[in-house]
Amino acid sequence: MKFGLMVSEGPYTHQASDTAFKFAAAALEKGHQIDRIFFYHDGVNNATRLTEPPQDDRHIVNRWSALAEQHGIDLVVCVAAALRRGIKDEILPKGFRISGLGQLVETGIQSDRLVVFGD
Amino acid sequence: MNESAGGVDLQEETSGTVKKFMFVNRKAPYGTVYALEGLEVVLISAAFDQDVSMVFIDDGVYELVKGQNTKAIGMKNFSPTYRALEGYDIEKLYVDEESLAARGLTTEKLLVPVEVLNTAQMAELMDQQDVVISF
Repeated sequence: MKFGLMVSEGPYTHQASDTAFKFAAAALEKGHQIDRIFFYHDGVNNATRLTEPPQDDRHIVNRWSALAEQHGIDLVVCVAAALRRGIKDEILPKGFRISGLGQLVETGIQSDRLVVFGD
Repeated sequence: MNESAGGVDLQEETSGTVKKFMFVNRKAPYGTVYALEGLEVVLISAAFDQDVSMVFIDDGVYELVKGQNTKAIGMKNFSPTYRALEGYDIEKLYVDEESLAARGLTTEKLLVPVEVLNTAQMAELMDQQDVVISF
C-alpha cells in the first residue's frame, strides 16, 4: 500500500513524531511504500539541524534524515508554518525541503491512505 | 514554486483524480493555531478540484460562532474567512449536534449555513471519505 504521512506536532514535547516515525519504519519494513511525509503546525520543528538532544536520548531529526535517505522519502515542510516558527532553508536538515500546502493535498490524492499524526 | 496551488503543478500531478476530502475541525479558533492553519489547507485544497467537506466537532464548533471579537487578545479575527468558503466552492459544512448542544449553541448563532448531523450520521459520512485530515 502507498502511504502518505502528516506530522502535526513538534519533536520531544509530543509523541506524534515518534509514533509517525515508528509507523513509517514498520510500514516500510512490511514492504509498503511511503513517498512523502508532510510536516505542518509545530511539526515543522522536526526540520531544524540546530536540534541537539542529550546523548542518551533519541535524535528525532537525524532519524528522519536517515530514514528518508534509506528509502527515498520526500520530507516536506510547509512554508507558511515554517517561516512563522523560524524554520528556514539555511537550517534544514538533510533530506528535508520547504514547499507549499499543495504538497499535502497532492499526497492525499496520490496515496492510498493519508495518515495524520497529531494531538 | 506555484503559489496558487501550494507548490504543485496541478496539470502534471493530479489531473483527473477527484477524491473525497474531509477536514475535521476540533479546536477552538483561538488558544491554539490549529483552526487558523487548518483553514489554510482547506483553501489550498480548493485549487485541486476535489470533493471537499468540513466538519466541526467538539470545541471546533466555536470556530463558526458569529460576532467574534479578538481585540483583547491581540490576534487576527479570521472568522470572516468561513463566509468566503462559498466562493471557493466549499459548501459542504457539517456540525456535530452534540457538540453544538453541549456548548449552548444553535445554528442561528453560526456565521454560515451548516448541516447538523448526529453522531451516527457523522460516522457514516466519515466512512465515505477517501482522505480525512483533522486539526
